[in-house]
Amino acid sequence: MQSFDLEAEGLRALNSALHAQSATTNQTVWDILNPKGAHAIAVGLDAPIEVNVKGSTGYYCAGMNKQATVHVHGSAGPGVAENMMSGTVVVEGDASQYAGATGNGGTLIIKGNASSRCGISMKGIDIIVHGNIGHMSAFMAQSGNLVVCGDAGDALGDSLYEARLFVRGSVKSLGADCIEKEMRPEHITLLTELLERGGCDAKPEEFKRYGSARQLYHFNIDNAY
Amino acid sequence: MCGIVGLFLKDATLAPDFGTMLTDMLITMTDRGPDSAGIAIYGGADEGTAKLTVQSDTPEISFDKLAKRLRKAIKGKVQMSVKDTHAVLEFRADQMTAARAFLAEHTPDIRVMSHGSTLEIYKEVGLPRSVADRFDLRRMRGTHGIGHTRMATESAVTTMGAHPFNTGPDQCLVHNGSLSNHNAIRRKLRHLGVHIETENDTEVGAAYLTWKMQTGSTLGEALTSSLRDLDGFFTFVVGTKDGFGVVRDPIACKPAVMAETDQYVAFGSEYRALVNLPGIEDARVWEPEPATVYFWSHGAAPTTKKAA
Repeated sequence: MQSFDLEAEGLRALNSALHAQSATTNQTVWDILNPKGAHAIAVGLDAPIEVNVKGSTGYYCAGMNKQATVHVHGSAGPGVAENMMSGTVVVEGDASQYAGATGNGGTLIIKGNASSRCGISMKGIDIIVHGNIGHMSAFMAQSGNLVVCGDAGDALGDSLYEARLFVRGSVKSLGADCIEKEMRPEHITLLTELLERGGCDAKPEEFKRYGSARQLYHFNIDNAY
Repeated sequence: MCGIVGLFLKDATLAPDFGTMLTDMLITMTDRGPDSAGIAIYGGADEGTAKLTVQSDTPEISFDKLAKRLRKAIKGKVQMSVKDTHAVLEFRADQMTAARAFLAEHTPDIRVMSHGSTLEIYKEVGLPRSVADRFDLRRMRGTHGIGHTRMATESAVTTMGAHPFNTGPDQCLVHNGSLSNHNAIRRKLRHLGVHIETENDTEVGAAYLTWKMQTGSTLGEALTSSLRDLDGFFTFVVGTKDGFGVVRDPIACKPAVMAETDQYVAFGSEYRALVNLPGIEDARVWEPEPATVYFWSHGAAPTTKKAA
């Protein structure tokens, strides 16, 4: 295992070292000490390595991740796992706003709560939140799955495309063109797998599914101001 | 961008370290605001004594014999302590109106930074570290205080455009964000006779709160109505004689993190600002909700009020 003291060695050295890893590296496990809310920790990784961040992070932790598993043992600042392509990001604590924004793939697991705009413009990522999510989550979400074991804030799924949203608790309000949809057997199967992947102690039957009413796909003069 | 920090002590034994704690938090927020920095500190009041913090760009000239002139004008004892471009004037509480009238009429080179009985505001252009050094902020004792690092967007980088802004006796405001309807509100307030000095958006926010409170609102009510009347992005942190409060606009783009332990309540634009506080590892850390007014007071229980 590699141990890296971020406070002593600095962010650029950390990300350079992580970027130097390839598919055949034997340095497969990294512990990052003293993150202290620093920005851009472990961004742009592209190797099947495991990175354990021992504390809370600032902006954009694990952004653009490919292949790697990044585990934050604390809370994450704004934009965690933003634009992730593949791999897994786990946040033990809470995540700030726009967690998993524009993510193309991979899995983001948040064990605490996520703040506003969780999964905004998501494009294929799976986001699994054990707690609640804030307002404007999954705004313009295009594809992928958002699972929320707690409650959702205002304007969930506003103007969304084909992402699937599963919420166990209450939804404060639905955004424009977002509606509750029927839970069919294929959704139960899908959700069962997602809950298992996210380590959630919840039954798929307890969730409701939300998705696009597909009324905003084409221009309609009645929608104009 | 801008950075905000705030610290409210529950445990008075930390008071001697207050200046160092708040200064470290402020300097950590340098990346968010390198243009100017300021701090509002509440150090405890002496019964019956008023405090006026003033600033001059030419302190050697402006502050020379100022105490003597003021003493003569208000016919009472005046104590003055100069710190770089700022000076704190202390006199009897009932002489505040007379003292301010004298300064307004006879000292055009002097600007009032704060007035009240305990509040002192220090702010200048420059990096937070240099501003902190100039005013020796680390050595200040306090019960609570707020600080701000500015990245200017809406108006020029000047001392008067720096935060915190004084909004009333022992009251102040710092702001992260930008108000988009400040010109309209400035016109309206000036029409009502409110004095607004600069083209700065936050000064309008501060003047708005002052005006609301002068016309019968409590601070909580003024903050709640600001959510309706002010357009734009904001996280506000306000300081009062007894405590501090936080409110974010309904969209809540501007970041905010709070931490609470048995010893303190702390605010930071980012978690980074809080990492060196004692016991932060075990603190309750959370983000304040949008459109919700939070308040902590030395005199009363904390409150949280969701705006309708």
